Amino acid sequence: MTAESARVPHEEVARHERAPGHGDHGLGGHDIDVDKHVKTYIVVFVSLLVLTLVTVGISYLDLSTGPAVALALLVATVKGSLVACYFMHLISERKLIYAVLTLTVLFFFFCLLGPWLTEGNQVGSHQNVPGPTGHEAATH
Amino acid sequence: MTTAIPYTVEVRPDTGLNNVKLGIWLFLASEVMLFGALFASYILLRVGAPPGTWPQGTEYLSVPLATLNTAVLISSSVTMVMAWASCIRRDFGKYRLYMGATVGFGFVFLIIKYIEYTSKFEHGWFPETNTFLAIYFTMTGLHALHVIGGMAVNAYFWLPGAKMWKTAPEQFTNRVETAGLFWHFVDLVWIFLFPVLYLL
Repeated sequence: MTAESARVPHEEVARHERAPGHGDHGLGGHDIDVDKHVKTYIVVFVSLLVLTLVTVGISYLDLSTGPAVALALLVATVKGSLVACYFMHLISERKLIYAVLTLTVLFFFFCLLGPWLTEGNQVGSHQNVPGPTGHEAATH
Repeated sequence: MTTAIPYTVEVRPDTGLNNVKLGIWLFLASEVMLFGALFASYILLRVGAPPGTWPQGTEYLSVPLATLNTAVLISSSVTMVMAWASCIRRDFGKYRLYMGATVGFGFVFLIIKYIEYTSKFEHGWFPETNTFLAIYFTMTGLHALHVIGGMAVNAYFWLPGAKMWKTAPEQFTNRVETAGLFWHFVDLVWIFLFPVLYLL
């Protein structure tokens, strides 16, 4: 006997109580909810494809490094947010998941900025080591 | 009939979630740290390179192929979420179709990656050739391993694992959603990898 009927994620949260006779036929109200979700998925899909073309287009603009990086990462963040919010259902997710992700983002920034801010002034200071395109670094 | 492992379908009163969902998000958090470490390495390597020595991605990499691969992964994410929606709608036929498409798109992604990698090797460009190629192969290689892993799970739920649909459809739907979360994460990583390695 199935315990829960067809549902979308955020409904899982508040609906412990199961209405008697609310069987899992996948019909009625829940279907309409999923239909709305499906429309959203299509819109997000098209937006992601468009933003991918925008990303490539930006690379042809011949911007200097700073603005190029900022713009590319901005577009990537928008795309990533669309995937996270709608495909991964994050927009209707529980607070606990938000808490886990907030902690993750915090540590992610430590991970990114930590080495850069502490060791960054040492980077590139050992000039006797060949640069990144040098073939002399090969050991064979 | 109860499942042997509790809270795979029912919601836990203390977390408000089933265990599977909390578990996969915690795992994804750890994956963020894994790829985060590599992105941090990339930043440090690039910032630390003597000026003018860090190559543009286009010197070694094919933007058209990678753009196509981006579209492939995005499409696979859509078909994955549609597979889950089909489970909610109790349409097993559609589920099979969409999950099959997801696995198919994964294959296409790997084939394009194979073409990219072999073309590098034919030019004599290997991970040890220079730092840019080292970080490129490391990051895309680790990502490709994640694609392979995700595809293995998806293929399981597409074929042999789909048996569970008959006996425990809600649990199966949750499993599909969980596999989807991992698969969307793999797509998300590529969404950042693509501009960082190929376009900047």
